[in-house]
Amino acid sequence: MLLAVLSGFIVASFVPFLGKLLRGKWSFLLTALPLCLFLYFLNFIPQVSANKAALISYEWVPSMGINFNFLVDGLSLLFALMITGIGTLVFLYTSAYMKGDRYLDRFYGYLCIFMGAMLGMVLSDNIFTLFIFWELTSISSFFLIGYNNENSDSRKSALVSLAITGLGGFFLLGAFALIGNISGTYSINEMIGSADALKGNGLYPVIIAFLFIGAFSKSAQYPLHFWLPGAMKAPTPVSTYLHSATMVKAGIYLLARFTPVLGNVPAWNNTLMIFGGFTMFYAAFHSIFKRDLKEVLAYSTISALGMLVFLIGLGTPDALLAATVFIIVHALYKASLFLITGIIDHETGTRDLAKLSGLRKVMMPVAVAGALAMLSNSGIPPSFGFVGKDLIYASTLGSELGAALVTGVAVITNILLLYSSILAGIRPFAGPLPDAYKTVHLPDWRMWVPPLLLGVGSLLLGVFPGLIEGGIVGPALLSIDPTAPAFHLQLWHGFNVVLALSAATIGGGLLLYLLFKPSVGQPAWVAGLSASSPKNIAGYLSRKFRELAHLWTSLSQNGYLRIYVLVIISFLTVLLAYKSFTEVKFYVELSKVSPLTSAEMVVMFILAAAVIYVVYTPSRLAAVAAMGVIGYCICLIFVFYSAPDLAMTQFAIDTLTVILFVLVLYRLPKYIHYSNWLIRIRDGVISLFFGTLITILGLEVLNEPTSKETTHFFAENSYALAKGKNVVNVILVDFRGVDTMIEITVLTIAAMGVFALLKLQLNKYDQEL
Amino acid sequence: MEIILAVIVGLLYASGIYLMLRRSLVKLVVGLVLLGNGVNLLIFLLGGLVRGKPPLIPDTATYLGQVYADPVPQALILTAIVISFGLQSFAIVLIKRTYVVVNTDDMDQIHSTEEDDDY
Repeated sequence: MLLAVLSGFIVASFVPFLGKLLRGKWSFLLTALPLCLFLYFLNFIPQVSANKAALISYEWVPSMGINFNFLVDGLSLLFALMITGIGTLVFLYTSAYMKGDRYLDRFYGYLCIFMGAMLGMVLSDNIFTLFIFWELTSISSFFLIGYNNENSDSRKSALVSLAITGLGGFFLLGAFALIGNISGTYSINEMIGSADALKGNGLYPVIIAFLFIGAFSKSAQYPLHFWLPGAMKAPTPVSTYLHSATMVKAGIYLLARFTPVLGNVPAWNNTLMIFGGFTMFYAAFHSIFKRDLKEVLAYSTISALGMLVFLIGLGTPDALLAATVFIIVHALYKASLFLITGIIDHETGTRDLAKLSGLRKVMMPVAVAGALAMLSNSGIPPSFGFVGKDLIYASTLGSELGAALVTGVAVITNILLLYSSILAGIRPFAGPLPDAYKTVHLPDWRMWVPPLLLGVGSLLLGVFPGLIEGGIVGPALLSIDPTAPAFHLQLWHGFNVVLALSAATIGGGLLLYLLFKPSVGQPAWVAGLSASSPKNIAGYLSRKFRELAHLWTSLSQNGYLRIYVLVIISFLTVLLAYKSFTEVKFYVELSKVSPLTSAEMVVMFILAAAVIYVVYTPSRLAAVAAMGVIGYCICLIFVFYSAPDLAMTQFAIDTLTVILFVLVLYRLPKYIHYSNWLIRIRDGVISLFFGTLITILGLEVLNEPTSKETTHFFAENSYALAKGKNVVNVILVDFRGVDTMIEITVLTIAAMGVFALLKLQLNKYDQEL
Repeated sequence: MEIILAVIVGLLYASGIYLMLRRSLVKLVVGLVLLGNGVNLLIFLLGGLVRGKPPLIPDTATYLGQVYADPVPQALILTAIVISFGLQSFAIVLIKRTYVVVNTDDMDQIHSTEEDDDY
C-alpha cells in the first residue's frame, strides 16, 4: 500500500534519468503506472463492498502521532479509482498531445508527483499526513499550471492558484490542529467516536470556518474560485486531470470525509448550502457568456463543484447519495469535454467558439464523444448524468427548509449548465465546416480514444447504473453517512415531479440555446459585474500589499546610510533621554571635580573652536587642518592628565592622518551643499541633543564609584610578572599581547587594502587620470 | 575640568554625528574621525582624571604607588587610536578611489548600482 501511494514519487524521481527515452516515442509507457494502480485499487472492491474498510499502518513519526495510516473505505476507494482511472487516460493522452515537447519528461514527473499526492491525500487516515499530501498537491499543481513557464500569464496563474490554495492549506492546518487537540486523536476514523465532543465544543465554529476556507480554496468556491479559470493556462491534460477528477475534488473529498465527524449541525449545513448554492449559480451564469471553450468548462466546473458542496450541505442521505453519484458523473463528462477541447485546440489551433464549427466532418469519433459527454452533462436520458440529476432534484425536493427555493436554484443552474454543455460538446461540431479547417484531421488514437471511452462509460452507467451501485457508490455513501438507508440506482423512476423538473431543465436549456445565444454577445452589465469580482478585489489587494511593502521598505530599509544613522541616533536619544529624565537624578559632585588651569582653559577653547570650524568650513583643506588642531589639542589633554603614551601615539597618528588627507584628497572638488537648510537644522538639532545627552551621561557616570580591581592587579604585577615599568606598555604587549597581535594583523590588512586601492587600475581611463 | 571635558566630548559627538548625516563622503569620514576622538576622550574622562602621575613605576620601586593615572583606559584608548588610524586611512583612500571612478562624492549618486536614479 505504501508502495502504491509513493509509487508516483518514486517514478518521478527516476524520470530525470530517463529524460531522453521519455521525450521520444516511449513516453506512453508511463501510462502503465496509473493503470497498474487502477487495477490494484479495483482489487479492493470486494472487500470494501462487504463494508470492511482496510486500514494499513506504517509508522512515520510515532512520537508525534503522525503515521502513514492508509484507510481504504468506500469514499477513498471511489476517489482513488477516479484518480488512477482518469489518470490512466490523461497519461495516455499526454503522450500524444505533448509529443515532441522539450520538457515532456519533466511534465510526466510533475504529473506522477501530483497523482501520488492525490492518492496519499484521499487514503490518509491521519490528519497530518493528509495535510502534507494536501499541500503536496498544491505545490505540484503549481508546477503543472505554470508548465509553460515562458509565458508570463501562465506563471501568474500558477502563482495565483498556489497563493489561494496555499492560503487555504494554512487554515486547514489550523482546523486540523484544533480538531486533533479536542478529539485527542489524529485519526479521522477514531474522530467519529468523539464527534459529539467536537460539535459541542466552543471552538466548533472556528474549526468549521477554517476547514471550509481550506476546502473552498481547493474546490474553487466563491469567493475563492478565481484561481480555477486562471489555471486554464495550463496544458489541456493538466486541466483535465486537475479540474475533473482530482485537485478541485480534494475540497469535496475533505468535506465528505468530515461530514460524519463535524456534519449534521445547522452551522455546517447552512454555510455549505449558502456558499455552494451561490457558487453553482454564479459560475453557471458566468459560463454562458464565455467564448473560449476552456473558460466555459472552467466556469461549469466551478458550478458543478458548487453543486457538490451544496448537496453535502443538504446533508440528507438522499443528497449525499446524489453528491456521490454526481462526483462520478462530473468526473466522467468533464474529463471527456476537457480532452475534446484539447483535441480541438491541438488540431485547429483555436478554442474560440465563434470560429469553430462543423468539425464533425473531419473528426467524427471526437464529435461522438462530445455528444455523449454533453448528454451526461445536460442530464439527458439515458446518460449517467440523468441519474445524477434525478437524484439531485429528489434531494432538493426533500429538503426540510425552503424546498422550493433550493430546487429553483438547482433547476436554473442546471438550465445554464445545459447551455454551456451544448457550447462545449456540440457547438464546435455542428454546422458547416469552414474552409480553414478543411485540412484538419483526426489526431492520434491515443488522443481520441480516452474521451470516447469516457463518453461510452457515461452512457453505459446510465443504462446500467447497477454496475457501480453496490461496489463503489454504496460503500462511499456509507463512509459519508454511516446510517444511510439502502438505495437503488435506476434510470427510470416513473412519471413524477422529478421527471417534470428534468424535462423543464432540458426544455429551458434548449430554449436558451436556440433563442438567446448569450455567448454571442456579452451584455455590458455582465462585464460590469466582473469589475467587483473577487478576482479583481484580490488582485487589487495584492497590488496594494506590494505597494505597502515597497513603501515600508523605502521607509525602513531605504539604502541611505544617513537615514539609518539618523533613525538609530534619534531612537537612542529619545530612549536615553526618557530614562534619564524619569529615573536619574542629575547632579555633579563638585568635590570630585579637579580645578582648571589657564593653560587647559586655552586648549579647551581652541579645541571647541576647531570642532565648530570643522563643521562650518566650506573648504575641505581647512577642515583637515582644523582636524589636525583637534588632534593636537587632545594630545595636550593627554599630556596634562598623565598619559604620555597616549599623547605620543595621538601626535604621531594625527600627523599621519592629516598628511594622508591632504595628499589624497587635495584634488577632490569643493564641498557642495547637498541638503537644504531645513534638513541641516533637523540634523543639527538631533546631533546637539545627542551630544548633550552624552555630556550628561558622562557626568553622571563620574558620580558612580568605579571598581579599580584590574587596575590594582596591573599596578602591582606589571613589574613583578612582566618586568616592565611602563604599565600601559606592559598591558599592551604582555598581559593583552594577543589582542595587540590581532590589532597589528588588522592594520596590516588595512595597509594591504590601501596599497591595493592605490595600485588598482580598473581600465585605461583610470590610468589617464 | 571634568565638566568642561564632558562638554567637549558632547561637542565632538554632536559634530561627528552631524557630519555623518551629510551626503558628502568626505564629511562622513571627517565625522567618523571626530566621533572616534570623542569616544576616546569619553573613555579617558570616565577613567578618572589624575594630574601629573603617569602610570610609570619609579626606578626605585617594583609597583605603582597609591595615586596614579589609571593605565587600563589608557591601554584601551591607545588600541583605539591605532585601529581608527587603520580605518581612516583605508576610508580616505577608498574615497579617493571612488571619486576617480564615479566622479562624485555624493552618496546619493553612488548608493545605487543602477544607471538611472529614479528608484
